[in-house]
Amino acid sequence: MTTNTAADAVASLGRAGSAGAPVGLHGLSRSFGAVRALDGLSLDIAPGEFVALLGPSGCGKTTALRIVAGLQTADSGTVTVDGKDVAPVPAARRDMGMVFQSYSLFPNMTALENVGFGLRMRKLNSASRTRKAAELLDMVGLSPQARQYPHQLSGGQQQRVALARALAIEPRVLLLDEPLSALDAKVRLQLREQIRTLQQRLGTTTLFVTHDQEEALSMADRVGVMRAGRLEQVAAPSELYSRPATVFVAEFVGTMNRIPGDYDGQDEVSVLGSVVPLAGDRPVGLTGAVDVLIRPEGLQVDAASGGNGIVTDLTFLGSLTRVTVLLSGDVQVKVDKPSPAAASLAPGTSVQVQVAGTEPVLVAVPGGSGQPRLS
Amino acid sequence: MAAVASSEQRPGTQVPAPRRPAARRGGVPVWRWVILLIAAAYFLIPLYSALRFAGFRAFTQVTSYPSFGSAFLLSLRLALIATVLTLVLMVPTTVYVYLRLPRVARLMEAITIVPIVFPPIVLIIGLLKIAPGFLLGTPNLLGLEYVVLAMPFAFRCLDAGLRSFDVRTLVEASNSLGAGWPTTLWRVVIPNLRTAMLSATVLTVALVLGEYTMASLDNYQTFPVWIVNFEQNSGPVSVAASLLALFVTWLLLMLIVTVGSRSSRQRGGAQVTLFSVSTASTATMGEPE
Ligand SMILES: Nc1ncnc2c1ncn2[C@@H]1O[C@H](COP(=O)(O)OP(=O)(O)OP(=O)(O)O)[C@@H](O)[C@H]1O
Ligand SMILES: [Mg+2]
Repeated sequence: MTTNTAADAVASLGRAGSAGAPVGLHGLSRSFGAVRALDGLSLDIAPGEFVALLGPSGCGKTTALRIVAGLQTADSGTVTVDGKDVAPVPAARRDMGMVFQSYSLFPNMTALENVGFGLRMRKLNSASRTRKAAELLDMVGLSPQARQYPHQLSGGQQQRVALARALAIEPRVLLLDEPLSALDAKVRLQLREQIRTLQQRLGTTTLFVTHDQEEALSMADRVGVMRAGRLEQVAAPSELYSRPATVFVAEFVGTMNRIPGDYDGQDEVSVLGSVVPLAGDRPVGLTGAVDVLIRPEGLQVDAASGGNGIVTDLTFLGSLTRVTVLLSGDVQVKVDKPSPAAASLAPGTSVQVQVAGTEPVLVAVPGGSGQPRLS
Repeated sequence: MAAVASSEQRPGTQVPAPRRPAARRGGVPVWRWVILLIAAAYFLIPLYSALRFAGFRAFTQVTSYPSFGSAFLLSLRLALIATVLTLVLMVPTTVYVYLRLPRVARLMEAITIVPIVFPPIVLIIGLLKIAPGFLLGTPNLLGLEYVVLAMPFAFRCLDAGLRSFDVRTLVEASNSLGAGWPTTLWRVVIPNLRTAMLSATVLTVALVLGEYTMASLDNYQTFPVWIVNFEQNSGPVSVAASLLALFVTWLLLMLIVTVGSRSSRQRGGAQVTLFSVSTASTATMGEPE
């Protein structure tokens, strides 16, 4: 009787109007003792949008998510859903589906009962509850496991049930706290796609938290990079990669080289014998010796006797090969080169590394990992 | 007397039960059998001697005494009162402390040890002083005293139970799905605390059925008090009564454990068996941490 297709399930959910609501986080701050977990976090999420919060461990991602869910309070700042402040609404009435970082299925209930739990709280009768829970399990591909208890399910299956459970209540907002972090790489890849596909079909506004940049970049419409309780930049994945706003973002997302250069204090910087334009605002109080940030594909490497570096390592990446070069001054850089051309560059080869093109670049305090103040 | 075993086997929960090193493949664990035999002899020889001494007729005699029934019923009633009150008071309190006031948990542990540390006399005299009039002279007062006595055991059982699964996350999941506190407690926390509550029940019942000091000081004819009084009259019959008490208590505990753990086992939850030692709870009970 419950052999509906996934498409039917989605259709029946969509009809009930679960289409996402706009969500706003405005100046959220939260301290735990001396630790400032959130420090004025602001973010606007469009209806149906999938936004990922990306940041290193301890930067306040979970705290932000829990405040949105109503499981934690903010010291200051507001969360709005549909333009309304949700502060007075307790977690139980926020209509937000949440998937937790750790396994959170109720051990005393079957997969089906777990998915039906939220519906039961919404006073659905037993028959329609079971039908709908079965549809959702079908949607995450777990119909055969409906009668099994959590301890009989694999980690990936448990997280899929948790996803189905969160979606069953037709949440206005879906909150995912590193739901894939406990899973092995292969399952993680499959689930990434599944979550993304479901989210797009259902159109649920989604906030996804992760410390895995690949996950964030591959799944989200927009990615917010967090650092120490604040957002450094919110942008589409491609923009985040190609036009990082800060040194932190540049170095956190993707691979980035730091190459010594000379900054004139104006709008240009010279590095590896080229003069390239500066990206973004002029850094204050930073002239002379700087570190210039350039991605591996922004550099060019060619064999040259008496060049400025020596090849130390080659990493085959498919069509590209990543060449590691030791420049004079003990600076190591990584350069991407088409694999056929890179074949001749054995370790030990003397090479000339240059800047390819004139893409604007960011500069940083030499050696430091901090970000210069912006004017 | 009876210990309850709970071996949690759920993937994804923290607190891995400390495993004892498995018996080595080649060697036969002879010493285990030796210990078992010595222990068995220690328990069984007195039991056997008592049985021989009492003789079969004494058993039929015991039950024909009129005060036997009322004493036994009183003990059962007290066990019921004490168990229900203990669970009703301790479960929500422990869960609340665990979730909201984790720092108070240690204080609570210290407080719950008090009834063990103080001699029962002190407690009774204090209690008789402050007890309201409507309770004085009723068995309910004794029931309340047993609640106090059972508190340390109940707390430790529940504490171990709460450590065996990720309560905090489950409670939050339940909240976010729309369940309020009472529903969460009833549908999520309690079903997963089943084993711990069962242990608490078994210990409370065992305690009540064997407690003598308080009952006799308060002048109640509970089962143990009856046995002692009876002993002065007839040797074999009172021994038969003691054996009966032992047997009935054991039967009762078996019954609780069997009934209580059946559904738990079906759901893949913790298993409960009588007369074996719990790995999880003894580990948490033993460590001052
Ligand atoms: N309940 C709490 N009590 C005390 N400190 C807390 C609490 N929750 C979070 N913190 C602190 O706040 C900071 C941010 O924590 P949060 O859990 O939000 O980090 P996160 O970005 O989710 O990290 P991770 O990627 O490791 O999950 C951390 O320094 C953490 O120690
Ligand atoms: Mg986290």
